[in-house]
Amino acid sequence: MSREPILKAEHMSKTFGGIIALNRVSFAVEKGEILGIIGPNGSGKTTIVNCLTGFVKKSSGRVFFSGRDISNLPPHKIADMGLTRTFQVMRPYYSLPAYKNLVIPLFSPRARRTGGWRGGGRLGDRNTVGIDILEEIGFERDSYVPYKKAATLPTGYLKRLELARCLALKPEMIICDEIFSGLSMSEIASMVPLIERLQMEGITLIMIEHRLRELFRVANRVMVVNFGEKLIEGSPTVVMADERVKEAYFGSQNVQEVMTHA
Amino acid sequence: MTEQAAQRRKERIDRGIKVRTDGLYALMSLRELAYLALPRVLLIGGLVVLPLLVPDLYWRRVITITCIYGLLALSFDFLAHYVGLVSLGGAFFVGTGGYLAAIANTSLGLSAWITVPAAALVGGGICTLLLLPCLPLRGVYFAIISLMYPLFAARVIEALDIFGGTDGIMGIDGFPNRFLEQFTPILLLLIVLFGLRRLVNTDLGLVLRGVKDNDQAIRASGMNVTFFKSVAVFIAASMGCLSGACLVHIYMWSGISLFALDFSILPIAATVIGGSGTLAGPVLGCLILVPISEMLRDFGTLRIVFYALILVAFIVFKSEGLMAWGQRKYQQFERWAQI
Repeated sequence: MSREPILKAEHMSKTFGGIIALNRVSFAVEKGEILGIIGPNGSGKTTIVNCLTGFVKKSSGRVFFSGRDISNLPPHKIADMGLTRTFQVMRPYYSLPAYKNLVIPLFSPRARRTGGWRGGGRLGDRNTVGIDILEEIGFERDSYVPYKKAATLPTGYLKRLELARCLALKPEMIICDEIFSGLSMSEIASMVPLIERLQMEGITLIMIEHRLRELFRVANRVMVVNFGEKLIEGSPTVVMADERVKEAYFGSQNVQEVMTHA
Repeated sequence: MTEQAAQRRKERIDRGIKVRTDGLYALMSLRELAYLALPRVLLIGGLVVLPLLVPDLYWRRVITITCIYGLLALSFDFLAHYVGLVSLGGAFFVGTGGYLAAIANTSLGLSAWITVPAAALVGGGICTLLLLPCLPLRGVYFAIISLMYPLFAARVIEALDIFGGTDGIMGIDGFPNRFLEQFTPILLLLIVLFGLRRLVNTDLGLVLRGVKDNDQAIRASGMNVTFFKSVAVFIAASMGCLSGACLVHIYMWSGISLFALDFSILPIAATVIGGSGTLAGPVLGCLILVPISEMLRDFGTLRIVFYALILVAFIVFKSEGLMAWGQRKYQQFERWAQI
């Protein structure tokens, strides 16, 4: 563990009025790993994402990405550096076809800078590149799906579209906010290899999840958050064995039982 | 009656020719090409021929004013329905462009061929800079703030007695001849209309539409929302300033009536009538509304009442707008289907 972390949060706090949403949360993510963040509803998981990516201004604390202080940067600058995120509530451009949804991120300064999708050179026709990315992410190329309006796509495809929007930027890191939630078991089953492949390609991931069984299959480390505070951090087995986690997260229930039902 | 209605319903089906002209196949026959060209030829031809058919000088002037309003309506429609900024600042754009052209002409002695494009570019820049602080606002909040600008500008000119104060600036050169005066606004309107239709389908246009659809995703894609909004405002403001500069050279006078709210409100009414988000619709709306408003002049103050009635009728009975309605009729046929 001698490597420099790609993302480091130091004593990050956020208050909304009198409510403490985050209380001095510190953690680090190493390059190439998958960090899972779990916690009960309202424990501050999405607030962590919003604070990291600049969508919400932190009350205090600092965030470093690739060794640079990004605490006070606006969200578009942070995304431009390669730290991208998906939204828990999907935010596609509903009136546009799926592949046109990707033309927009491909127009961004970062996508222009990083050049062609997979393998240098100038960015070609953005429509073609968009369809290529969609195929990689699981849209059937020869079907009508990539050409359908985003408003008519089912949740599974919209979640993939969120991921595709991040991939269009050739990110160094993606923060997935509940990418599995709302999906059927078979949709999740097809999504897991995708996540694994992104890791193989060297993309660092933070995954916020409620679907623990699937998360534990891919995550290298897990961090548990409760009432805006970090409870514990470690490998999935260590975290699940911890009594405080069982108390806070699962109530008095048996963890194994919850996981089989999840 | 209900039994009859329950068993049938109206269904709309695309015309065969509409489907055949969707892609490259349109090039296969003259008939398909004609189908595509007809609406465009009608509009272009109509606008070019109209002044030749109208003998009356007064009504020719009305056509010119219609084109001026058409430019403003395009600017409003573009900002409101492709970028999500509902701007009531049309009058501010007209006034800025108008005064710039007037000053450039009277003080610097530049001809209309230089003042009009210069006023459009410089005026667009000035308006964008002034509106920059309001760009984070959305929807009705932006509308209210942008409405304040023309009122503010008019009062400042009046109070400080600058730019000729309430008398305005007189002695501005007109266009070199009547023919150019007639056809320059028409040509500009057509160029802007077809240019905008292209723009909104380019990649930049898609980003602007993305700003309207959901700006958070634009931010998450590493793009500065305010920058793209200001690009859009520059385009729209330039169009407004362009129309203002033309107006000044046509009237050969520039005054605070350039900041009159008519220039903000009528384009919106035209957009409602023509169909919002269609770009061609607002132009169509101006072609209807401006002449009607001239005809109603005889009624004096009652004019507003008739005007309002027409608007209400359109909103109640044809809320989709003329353009959307016409497009549907042109592309689809309706038939009763048994259920």
